[in-house]
Amino acid sequence: MATNELTATPPRSTAGRRLATFLYRRPRLQLGLLLAAPMGWLVIAYLGSLAVLFVAAFWRLDPFTATVVHDVGLDNFRTLWNTDVYRRIAFRTIGIAAAVTLTDAILAFPIAYYMARVASRRVRGLLLVAILMPLWSSYLVKVYAWRTMLQEGGLVNWALDPLGLKGPGFGNTATWLVFSYLWLPFMILPVYAGLERIPSSLLEASGDLGAKAGRTFREVILPLAFPAVVAGSIFTFSLTLGDYITPQLVSNNQFLGNVVYDNVGVANNLPFAAAFATVPVVVMIGYLLIARRLGAFESL
Amino acid sequence: MVQSRLARIALRLATALTLAFIYLPLLVIALYAFNDSRTQAWPIDGLTLSWFGKAIDNPGARDALVTSLKAGLGATALALLLGSLAAFAVQRYRFFGRETVSFLVILPIALPGIVTGMALNATFRTLFEPFGVGLGLFTVIVGHATFCIVVVYNNVVARLRRLSRSIEEASMDLGADTWQTFRNVTLPAIRTALLAGALLAFALSFDEIIVTTFTAGDQQTLPIWIFTNLSRPNQLPIVNVVAVLVVLLSTIPVYIAQRLTQEPTGVAAPAAAAAGARQ
Repeated sequence: MATNELTATPPRSTAGRRLATFLYRRPRLQLGLLLAAPMGWLVIAYLGSLAVLFVAAFWRLDPFTATVVHDVGLDNFRTLWNTDVYRRIAFRTIGIAAAVTLTDAILAFPIAYYMARVASRRVRGLLLVAILMPLWSSYLVKVYAWRTMLQEGGLVNWALDPLGLKGPGFGNTATWLVFSYLWLPFMILPVYAGLERIPSSLLEASGDLGAKAGRTFREVILPLAFPAVVAGSIFTFSLTLGDYITPQLVSNNQFLGNVVYDNVGVANNLPFAAAFATVPVVVMIGYLLIARRLGAFESL
Repeated sequence: MVQSRLARIALRLATALTLAFIYLPLLVIALYAFNDSRTQAWPIDGLTLSWFGKAIDNPGARDALVTSLKAGLGATALALLLGSLAAFAVQRYRFFGRETVSFLVILPIALPGIVTGMALNATFRTLFEPFGVGLGLFTVIVGHATFCIVVVYNNVVARLRRLSRSIEEASMDLGADTWQTFRNVTLPAIRTALLAGALLAFALSFDEIIVTTFTAGDQQTLPIWIFTNLSRPNQLPIVNVVAVLVVLLSTIPVYIAQRLTQEPTGVAAPAAAAAGARQ
């Protein structure tokens, strides 16, 4: 019957429906159910153990029994401040991280500029994918590849030989080179995004006012792109600070991460490892505060 | 600004050189996988396919591949679940601490791997060992999932932001209940975002070494296998083959994920990491 088709029949009341109705009236409960699992794990397990790790930095290892003593004190920090080797390692790590950041900024600018302002849409898309693909993947393989290329009788020495030069071999230079290689895509992408955001009208205005290309670049493009470079530098700097695999594979010199790793893995001195791990974290927090001042967060 | 011809040529050249720089080491390793000789000298004498056969026959490498695949799939499944739950909560509700969620999700990947590794190691030993669960595949999966949540989360949040609530309301008005709406309306709309997030999570897990070192116990994933075999010169030809496999299995998912979303998802996570740090 026609009338029957016009009447809306109430939906059958199944258990699923009843649960849906029950939940629909209680948005707080929905939210709780959604958040329980991810936040339960991240807050209680992960954040909790980070907190314990931080507290452990103030404990100490009894040298005779090799057990952790839960006395709170600054012994670990005193050791790492007063010991020459540790200070040197800290400065080496920070110095190389800074050099890597500078190198990547210089290397990233031309390709980022080409992508943002010269390339056609199609080429730009291809380049973006070409740079993104190696960003996430094959970290260890890349380091290993460089190890093979830098060794005696490797590709680098072979290529430099006709010029009468020799490759850097393993050491600080190799570490700097490999880090610069590894984190380059992390610099290219923010710089590209920053350059792409500059309105063309600004550049035209600069030209109309009589500035030549070089001056427009120095006085318009560079200042506008600078926050993006700082944004990229956050990645290059922090990734270098925390790494310990690369220094181990292409040099004999220790990095902050190596000391932490040796203390937690070999010496089983968790308190000292935890204390040393605060160094890169504190440096990074300082770096982020400066970066925010320079407007880097707006260009992420 | 119109660049001069010379500037264009210079920029094109610089771009080509940078790309060559980025891909050269990967190509070199791919070539070494076909190297005729046992030594790693350059230039290569001749080419052979025999190392691929030997790599397949190598029990250590094969076990490591299986472990890596299991760990990657497990971590991806867990990250998919936790990441999308958190994404729905943040995108669909207003609550106290909402801003903190994205910060928390990013933290495991923003902190140096060694810090996350140490923290997780301590957690597993205190939380799981009383239940008889030692370090092994399970802890690797949970550890990887912890830092993979962010890629799923970012992808799903980005998609939900663009998805208009009104089509879901329309579905409800037409008589569908919450589950039907989710299955027939919401899920199809976020499907590619989920897939992209899953692929990136898998790539991330398949390639990870630092957190794995702290959570694996005596289990070996492929990166760990490579790392331990680097010091054994007569294993290096097989390491080369495994390295090529790792590159392919972690790069191809990233490529597909890229095609699926058309957003630079790869940079979203580290970018958001720094953005989260200001809160």
